Amino acid sequence: MPDGATPVLDVRGLKTVFRTRGGEVHAVNSVSFHLKPGELLGVVGESGSGKSVTMMSLIGLLPSPPAEVRAGQVLLGGRDLLKIDASELRDVRGAKIGFVFQDPMTSLNPVFTVGSQIMEPLTRHMGLTKAQARDRAAELLALVGIPDAQKRLKDYPHQFSGGMRQRVMIAIALACDPDVLIADEPTTALDVTIQAQIIELVKDLRQKLGMAIVWITHDLGVIAGIADRVMVMYGGQVVEQAPVRQLFSDPRHPYTRALLKTIPSLTGEREARLQAIEGQPPILTAEPTACPFRARCAHAYDRCETENPQRRAVDGLAVGQGHDVACHWTPDVSAEGAA
Amino acid sequence: MLTFTLRRLLLAIPILLVISLVIFLLVDLAPGSPMSEIPLTVPPDVRQKMIEALGADQPVFVRYLLWLKQFFWVEPMTLVDGWFGTDFTAGEQRILSWQSRSPVFTIIGQRIPQTLTVVGTAYLVGVLIAVPIGIYSAYRQYSFFDQAGTLFAMIGFSVPTFFSGTLFIIIFAVWLGWFPTKYDTTLEVTDWATFWEQVRQMALPVMTLGLANAAAISRYMRSSMLDNMAMDYVRTARAKGMSERVVVLRHVLRNSLIPVGTVIALGIPSIFGGAIITENLFGVNGIGAALIGAIHANDIPMVQTLAFIFAVLIVLFNLIADIIYGLLDPRIRYD
Repeated sequence: MPDGATPVLDVRGLKTVFRTRGGEVHAVNSVSFHLKPGELLGVVGESGSGKSVTMMSLIGLLPSPPAEVRAGQVLLGGRDLLKIDASELRDVRGAKIGFVFQDPMTSLNPVFTVGSQIMEPLTRHMGLTKAQARDRAAELLALVGIPDAQKRLKDYPHQFSGGMRQRVMIAIALACDPDVLIADEPTTALDVTIQAQIIELVKDLRQKLGMAIVWITHDLGVIAGIADRVMVMYGGQVVEQAPVRQLFSDPRHPYTRALLKTIPSLTGEREARLQAIEGQPPILTAEPTACPFRARCAHAYDRCETENPQRRAVDGLAVGQGHDVACHWTPDVSAEGAA
Repeated sequence: MLTFTLRRLLLAIPILLVISLVIFLLVDLAPGSPMSEIPLTVPPDVRQKMIEALGADQPVFVRYLLWLKQFFWVEPMTLVDGWFGTDFTAGEQRILSWQSRSPVFTIIGQRIPQTLTVVGTAYLVGVLIAVPIGIYSAYRQYSFFDQAGTLFAMIGFSVPTFFSGTLFIIIFAVWLGWFPTKYDTTLEVTDWATFWEQVRQMALPVMTLGLANAAAISRYMRSSMLDNMAMDYVRTARAKGMSERVVVLRHVLRNSLIPVGTVIALGIPSIFGGAIITENLFGVNGIGAALIGAIHANDIPMVQTLAFIFAVLIVLFNLIADIIYGLLDPRIRYD
């Protein structure tokens, strides 16, 4: 896709708060990102960094209460999804934005056939008759690589293996030919060989159907293989964003660097121990006024305590277009081996 | 499914035989004599003759085998004779009540319709009230409606029927005068006026029992809905853009009914057992009242037969509950 094309999805300043008994938890803090047509955006970060919550906030999938989307804009096809009412939002969910979840074993309803579960969005959004929907469902199952599709429509989820169920989930998400597919750790619950198959499938489908994809994961290896652009999240905010090659070759945020060091290397010198990032990600009970990573950061200095760093470009392009980072410490100009 | 059902039915035979023996021995062990209601002025030798006439002096195993034969052969065949005019049971002795000297099954046949109309309706009403309450309570957990439903269930669960029944009589029959206090078993429904009369006299006992039934089932329904509401597939359904109605009433409800359906099916035998207290309170001359009367009078054949019928129903509805479970949950297949 050409650079500079109008984004299909444009998220600006998204803030999501959970109201709990112990006070508020600021799970997503001013997250902005966009998605160009046909692009694959990888979202990485450890558990609790706000990856999934961000994506679920986009289309109102978080239970409310306790979740509350406080601020921001989610522009899809010129409309702000945070402004439209519940029923309009339902017309978007499943039609314009497809969702694939982490655990295929529990994400399908056990008491309905997979056929009826694929047909539901088809009759709901595309106004197909039952017969048409059934034909389309069979096509979709064949598309995601399930053999003997016509017959398997009558089967229940428990008659499929984990990988096959994830294929069914993908078929459901793609049923109405959405502009955006959000895949929330779609391979985390699968074993490695099946992971590879699902990744290949998504690559293949992306080529065929041309939808834009947001791929949430904590597996940097997966990201390196499929993403065009990567967004690193920490403490509910975007700490670094860059094209995939640039992120891996020239990581700027200390957190990103630390993340990359946690990948065991096959080719390089064997280190005595696998590197780990010490400590826990923060639970933000108030809007952050300091860098959320400071407690775990080797380069933290006094400014990190008093001011939450904003994203700034490091390659001269506008923030969000090229390589940007939210860190006080990292220098503006690329300096290989600064760490 | 068919093989499973047949296997279970075959297995039920030895189970029921053992149960029948246990019931027979237990009833036989109970103190008391069938003559306890005969006036003391009757001389002992006459009493002895009466006991012999009833066959109560025979050894226990003779009486048991005789009862088995009567229950499994004579009684069914009497039914067949009645339907087709055949003559299988000429001269055979049916199971006779010691109390009234009439066949036990004739008495049951007279009593069961009362019980089924009142207690059965109460069960149905209870289920019909409980399921929507449970669904809505779970959907709006901790809302005012949910709290009210919890209170309703707690009251229904903890207040005994002799209290709630009496309270209803005072409020609705005495103060408001809407419904009669007594259930008239002799009323025959022939037209709209008598039908309306029947509805009115059923109202109080049905309310009393329905409250108790609804209380329990609404809690099952609520907790089952809550369990399923938190499942991942619910999020999937929402992500597909399904309306809340479809999400709750199709996806969640269908799953929640699996355990609740079993509970409802397992509760059905208790309808046939009648509701002894409520039947007594409102003068419903049903099976519960018959059982209590028979126990008081040491009417062993009656008690034995009723207890055994309950056992059959419980075994039967356990099987039905399993079949329902298999039908509701595609993951359960019995073959």
